[in-house]
Amino acid sequence: MSVLVFIETEDGKIKKSSREAISYGAAIGEVTAITLGSVSNEELASAGANGATKVLHAADEKLNAGLIMPYAEVISKAFESTGAEVLVTAKSSLADAVVGRISVKLGAALASNVSELPKTDSGFVVKQSIYTGKAFVNTTLTTDKKILAIKKNAIELKTDGAAASVEAFDVALDDALFGAKITSSEKAEGDVLLPEADIVVSGGRGLKGPENWGIIEDLAKTLGAATGCSKPVSDMDWRPHHEHVGQTGVKVSPSLYIAVGISGAIQHLAGVNSSKFIVVINKDEEAPFFKAADYGIVGDAFEVLPKLNEALKKALA
Amino acid sequence: MNILVCITHVPDTTSRIAFTENNTKFDKNGVQFIIGPYDDYALARAVELKEANGGKVTVLNVGKAETEPTLRKALAIGADEAIRVNAFPSDSYFVAKQIADVAKQGEYDLILMGRESIDFNGGMVHGMVGELLGLPSFSPVMVLEVEGNSAKITREIEGGKEKLEVNLPFVAGCQEPIAEWKIPNMRGIMSARTKPLNVVEPTDNTKLTEIAQYELPAPKGAVKMIDADNVEELVNLLKNEAKVI
Repeated sequence: MSVLVFIETEDGKIKKSSREAISYGAAIGEVTAITLGSVSNEELASAGANGATKVLHAADEKLNAGLIMPYAEVISKAFESTGAEVLVTAKSSLADAVVGRISVKLGAALASNVSELPKTDSGFVVKQSIYTGKAFVNTTLTTDKKILAIKKNAIELKTDGAAASVEAFDVALDDALFGAKITSSEKAEGDVLLPEADIVVSGGRGLKGPENWGIIEDLAKTLGAATGCSKPVSDMDWRPHHEHVGQTGVKVSPSLYIAVGISGAIQHLAGVNSSKFIVVINKDEEAPFFKAADYGIVGDAFEVLPKLNEALKKALA
Repeated sequence: MNILVCITHVPDTTSRIAFTENNTKFDKNGVQFIIGPYDDYALARAVELKEANGGKVTVLNVGKAETEPTLRKALAIGADEAIRVNAFPSDSYFVAKQIADVAKQGEYDLILMGRESIDFNGGMVHGMVGELLGLPSFSPVMVLEVEGNSAKITREIEGGKEKLEVNLPFVAGCQEPIAEWKIPNMRGIMSARTKPLNVVEPTDNTKLTEIAQYELPAPKGAVKMIDADNVEELVNLLKNEAKVI
């Protein structure tokens, strides 16, 4: 089966979730990848380790910003010119906005939140996470062309492939596709992106104020984790909205989620219930979050976190 | 300004999710249905824009007759009229096609909806509608300001946000904090009863996917409690039992 994988980059590096998407593609067929905007050949060749044979590079500088319409156009063209049957992408803020358009352009069935490899013994069936992690659905894609947006941690990362060849991919792009002008872009520098993170440390109202976030950040730093927060914390502007984990915020599926001073309202649980392991630290032993946790500590965050941080530093040294 | 707001009719976040008929149908027993929370933000912003600029808000749902109370609630919140496409929303492409065909019948300056539904969480319909109509689409949109024929929007990106300027019309998938949710007042509820709710039949029955079977996740094991004075034990469990650090 011929597979096209859309690779997203961040600061010139292939995102880890895109490497997972390549590994997913390699498990079902022969992978050509497509990436857009400026990125080094050396970095693109490294997609081979994850299972890509070839990487197409649409290097036009106009594509450095993730604009939805031009991206949909370039990826669709790459799909057609490679004769691919399946497009695989990691689920992301940009991919979500782009794949619906590609689905219509190609007449391809689209499945999002795909959490396992497809079953192909009778049709092409994928398992998707639905009801915000509370259930799954097995869906048959009935068209010849298919698009899969995969969830983080859906598959083991492959790392033993040979370097990929890199080829320029030039598409003539109509100016009309660039009608939307990005006037500014703000991004936290150097932090681990929340949807990409393998470990997330989140704080809630129990931390009493934004000035106390140091203990969350210290623990995150020790673990190489991203920081998150509950909805009230984001609503009160203690932390930016892109850190809000929950039903109406970011849904995460890390290997480890550590919740500090978060009671565990159902809206928050909806954002974290795909995590592999959950640790809850709360001084209220009645906090509902403990019921959803794998490990729990009843205690004051301001005492427990510094001790935990020291113990982790020792263990990871 | 004419705004089309597309809403989903979905189980409340607190609902227990279960399936019937050999796991092929959603079990509606005892479930309360609501306007999708993200759609509710889109609706609230549409009503604010109408109040500031004049015009009309039309609310649209693809669903069977059971979704009419949800549409009436949207009318009570401030939409002026409702359209129900009389069909089960079985597939994202099917829903997008109905929305696009309704949108072609009116001259809408904005087509708003939530960034995703909270049942299937796909977040795909806004892009499909944009492509079907040949209009730009943006998601997730957290700020939407309209000035004459153009709009300033803020889109959330991973780790931050970007601001864009774009001409009307376009399609947007919305999320907080684009507006505060509105709670219908008594006057709204009374007037919603007499506002028009038009039912139309689907224009196209194309579907690209079929649901084979639902599944529930394996139940979670019991939580292991660790003494606050023994954080080393937690580190040990994370390292040697969970193997996540």
